[in-house]
Amino acid sequence: MTTSTEPGPPASTGAVQVRNLRIELVRDGTDVVDGIVIDVVAGEVLGLVGESGSGKTTVGMALMGYTRPGGHVVGGDVLIDGHDVRKMALGELRRLRGGTVAYIPQDPGTALNPALRIGRQLSEMLEAHMGSTGEQERDARVREALEEVALPATDDFLKRYSHQLSGGQQQRVAIAMAFACRPHVIVCDEPTTGLDVTTQARVLQTIRELCQDHQVAALYVSHDLAVVAELADKVAVMYAGRIVERGPREVMFSQPRHPYTRRLLRAVPDLEGKRPIEGIPGHAPLPGHRPQGCFFEPRCLHAVARCRETFPEAVQYEPGHWVCCYRADDTPKDGPVLASGRGEAPASSGEVVLSAEKLDARYLRRQTLFDINLAVARNECLALVGESGSGKTTLARCISGLHHTYTGTVKLGEAALAQRARQRSAEARQRIQYIFQNPYASLNPRRTIGQTIARQLALFDPGSGRDRGARVEQCLERVALSARAADRYPDQLSGGERQRVAIARALAAEPWVLVCDEITSALDVSVQAAIVELLAELRKQTGLSILFITHNLALIRTIADRVSVMTGGRIVETGRINEVFEAPKADYTRQLLANTPTIEAALGHNGHGA
Amino acid sequence: MSATTATAEPFAPAPEPVRRGRAATLARATLGQSRAKVGLVIFVLILVIVIFGPLFAPHSPTEFVAAPNSGSSSHALFGADSLGRDVWSRFLYGGRSILGLALAATIIGVGLGLVIGLSAAYLGGLVDEVLMRIADVFMAFPQIVLALLLVSAFGPKLWLIVLTVGISHAPRVARVIRGAAQQLVERDFVKAAEAVGEPRRRVIFGELLPNVTSPLMVETGLRLTYSIGLIAAISFLGLGIQPPHADWGLMINENRLSLIVQPWGVMLPVIAIALLTISTGLMTDSYARVVIGIDRGE
Repeated sequence: MTTSTEPGPPASTGAVQVRNLRIELVRDGTDVVDGIVIDVVAGEVLGLVGESGSGKTTVGMALMGYTRPGGHVVGGDVLIDGHDVRKMALGELRRLRGGTVAYIPQDPGTALNPALRIGRQLSEMLEAHMGSTGEQERDARVREALEEVALPATDDFLKRYSHQLSGGQQQRVAIAMAFACRPHVIVCDEPTTGLDVTTQARVLQTIRELCQDHQVAALYVSHDLAVVAELADKVAVMYAGRIVERGPREVMFSQPRHPYTRRLLRAVPDLEGKRPIEGIPGHAPLPGHRPQGCFFEPRCLHAVARCRETFPEAVQYEPGHWVCCYRADDTPKDGPVLASGRGEAPASSGEVVLSAEKLDARYLRRQTLFDINLAVARNECLALVGESGSGKTTLARCISGLHHTYTGTVKLGEAALAQRARQRSAEARQRIQYIFQNPYASLNPRRTIGQTIARQLALFDPGSGRDRGARVEQCLERVALSARAADRYPDQLSGGERQRVAIARALAAEPWVLVCDEITSALDVSVQAAIVELLAELRKQTGLSILFITHNLALIRTIADRVSVMTGGRIVETGRINEVFEAPKADYTRQLLANTPTIEAALGHNGHGA
Repeated sequence: MSATTATAEPFAPAPEPVRRGRAATLARATLGQSRAKVGLVIFVLILVIVIFGPLFAPHSPTEFVAAPNSGSSSHALFGADSLGRDVWSRFLYGGRSILGLALAATIIGVGLGLVIGLSAAYLGGLVDEVLMRIADVFMAFPQIVLALLLVSAFGPKLWLIVLTVGISHAPRVARVIRGAAQQLVERDFVKAAEAVGEPRRRVIFGELLPNVTSPLMVETGLRLTYSIGLIAAISFLGLGIQPPHADWGLMINENRLSLIVQPWGVMLPVIAIALLTISTGLMTDSYARVVIGIDRGE
């Protein structure tokens, strides 16, 4: 097998061809992305998958002839409909952007102009690209565009401002804008990341239908493998600025060859709960710090001497399936995938350590929680699942004493607790530890990791003064961080490392219950998997109880014993995890399960004609 | 076209990134600017004159050495003032009081403002409201008027000058610090400290204070600049340092009538005060630029 020239598809409309694209930093010529090859034809969706910092957005932007300040394209071709974007004059580029190539942003809340009405924004787009059409014709076209994305094309709706729409509606307006000028190519940059699963399912459906109906070639940039599995025809996996593997969807998900792709797939939570999730240790090298050989080699279990020397070239294995790995055809399997991920679940004793009874909470004048009852037993992991706005964070903060406008009781063991953390007993503050969603905000940026953890020890174990340095090291070891981390500041650590520090800080108090509020939602899947593994391990070792709050249903399947499903400030269903997943009683739970994208489901019943 | 990944150039092995402390990085970036270099050189120059000047003074600052308003001579380098004292010697002695008083007033003002600003931001509610309205009342007076009012009421005592100048700075510093701290109060790391029951005092000084050091540094520089000007002005108006003591502000007042015949008696202290305020201003400005990141993307 050798590398060969790929015959490009004919330069027809709606075709994207990228060849050996290289983008460097202007400052010192550091490669940001290199050797990028992309082919998409009309009506096809290519999923570009990668973790944060892999360069996937940079590639998406390059299709529109745009590079972020500080970077520039130094090599390769970007052909849209056979025309080279790199050779276009500014005027041509302007016509290209929005006209031939449209863009759907990640956050429509910031992409839509808050001062303009929806109707005005849409017709502005048409004015820019359709030239001298009459006002009536434009108005008709605006309404058509809104109908395409299943939004009401009424005068009332056209007069609204973006802040008067929900997140899903905003995203659909952004999609309507993107498709309004009948583009040949569309670049979607994680358009569903901020959305709830129900909304996400609807938005994905819209994108899929529009691409097929109008024969648009789409590049779908995402970190979410499950979404890509549902939507894409072809998949390309990026790692540290390179496409390490690309191919047709079925092949990519059923016979992935690159070790990174395989590890990534194993990190994705499985709704069926048939396999455990597994993190990838280490992190991706940043531009300027990439090794000489294969970039994945330092984290790869199958690396050989050759991997350290030169970056492997792309080799074709099946038709259209290209892999950059020396060991792609003889890599041993990464060990058997376990039949059941649950392993031996720690038996919870039934003794309740934390409970909430008849909890009603209000935020300002609005009631946000209604009659909440829950109980966490010793060594149990109770998952609390709900979409944004369901009140799950408010509940977690009531339990931790951070949100104090509530009635009802929170109990630690048998003792009822005061509303405010400050008025609670030292014991209560010690035994319930809250871990925040965003590890970038929950650590004091001006304190070293060691200082942060030492303070926690000083608060809850005043006797530890003498050997506090050693205790800090122990705490870091428990979360698999090296003792050297103690001298670092939070901004010197990656997101996953910071979240480990936050966990270490919580554990330093010797808690009975960890309240984990969406603690993995700001992290990449491989890091998320590693954090979840860590929590499961800690639970087994120390008999800890966990209240695990998340919007991600698939994630809890392998770690939780019981689950409570929340919507609109109420708990609608509580039960053993397998019972709830296999025989959900509440309509809302059923709907949530149906809308959660999974790789298995996407490959099983093929949702769209590929 | 080949579908291979470029391997043409060898990739350098990843070097361990060298990380310095934040303070060192900021200091280096600040001193990298020419305005900061100029400011630092001038400041050090004036500081040397202020500290070591008296050692090199040819005469006592209060000794009569020549005819009043006489010009430059071998006996008196910059001539004599309106009473016949050596201008050069008085200049060399005259910086200590102004710089000392200005520093003391700055420390009092910034310290007080810091405590008020942080407390108002963190405690919020009624405490915030009361503290900030009192600050508004104080800020309604121009600083110099407030200082003159108190000094004329209680007499020209040095501690009083320091205190009034300091107190008149405090509400201005408090506003800036409160603004900076308010963004921090809602951050999760503050919530985390509350959840484990850190005492309020520790949240304010342990969690918030380290995160407002940058605006604090800028305020300190700015208030020092203003203090120098204010204290010189008070001395000039005759309410500060009293004759026959040597002081730059006082010297300007004493010699202004003979400006035409003997310009040095006014010019030397004027130049010194101007250079001192400009130098502290330049350094503060450079630091502020680094913190905000104005010159970051070259």
